[in-house]
Amino acid sequence: MKWGVVRFPGSLDDLDALHALRDLLKQDAELLWHKDPSLHGAECVVLPGGFSYGDYLRCGAIARFAPIMQSVAEFAADGGLVIGICNGFQILCEAHLLPGALTRNRSLSFICDNIYVRIENAATPFTRAGRLGEILRLPIKHGEGCYAAPVNELAAMEERGQVLLRYVDAEGRETDEANPNGSMRAIAGVANARFNVFGLMPHPEHAVEKLLGGEDGLKIFHSIIGAAS
Amino acid sequence: MQARIYVTPRKGILDPQGRAVEGALKSLGLAGVERVHVGRYIVVELDAPSRPAAESLVRKMCDELLANPNIEDYRFEVDA
Repeated sequence: MKWGVVRFPGSLDDLDALHALRDLLKQDAELLWHKDPSLHGAECVVLPGGFSYGDYLRCGAIARFAPIMQSVAEFAADGGLVIGICNGFQILCEAHLLPGALTRNRSLSFICDNIYVRIENAATPFTRAGRLGEILRLPIKHGEGCYAAPVNELAAMEERGQVLLRYVDAEGRETDEANPNGSMRAIAGVANARFNVFGLMPHPEHAVEKLLGGEDGLKIFHSIIGAAS
Repeated sequence: MQARIYVTPRKGILDPQGRAVEGALKSLGLAGVERVHVGRYIVVELDAPSRPAAESLVRKMCDELLANPNIEDYRFEVDA
């Protein structure tokens, strides 16, 4: 499967995503430059973690205007698969490709930790390799990961099954302590209504081999690979 | 013309910065502090044929970029 990983000025996890895709999953993956509108035939576009354009104004707000983002929006409108991780999630929200927004963590602190999420919908291109209710252990590292959306929109999203990942504790319980950043409804990852665009704050690309402390992130990538074939 | 734009967290959205500053003000022992909201203040120098034209331009700026309607409200004033 052909993958494109977008590099913005300030991207940090582009090479990690590339490593996961190329070296571990044996995928045909290449970096895409933010100023080049071509997606080079990618079947799935990854917006990686890190920062973009200094994240001035709001995280992801300026990256949305990068030349490549117009192509990403058209690709998504045609049903193409797009996954945004951390800053990539923020960009997708700012670009209106996903509902809601990411705001400052409740604690006001940058959090770097391993957390647990529960798969809330396993019938999507991004989660189909997992089971409904399965717990994944993934790393997070962000200062602005508190998910917020208008209350009526949240209810509609839940109804449609757009909440794919929710923060829980190791036993799968939804507790306030298990919600690291204060996200509404403990939301860690959401899809659009068409289920071809997905954003999440945890980093699956940092959890792809035992050496890195876990392999649960592979579930996300295996899902996408399975969905495309 | 100059537009002064105030972007503030929408009611019901967590405002941890506001809460932190509120706590700090209270710990200074200043009486009467009830609630603090921390937002953003933006000044735009602009060229527009009339005040209504400027206002409609600023509204567009706010809706499309300067404020995020999911989490923020805005208000602004324009003068020559």
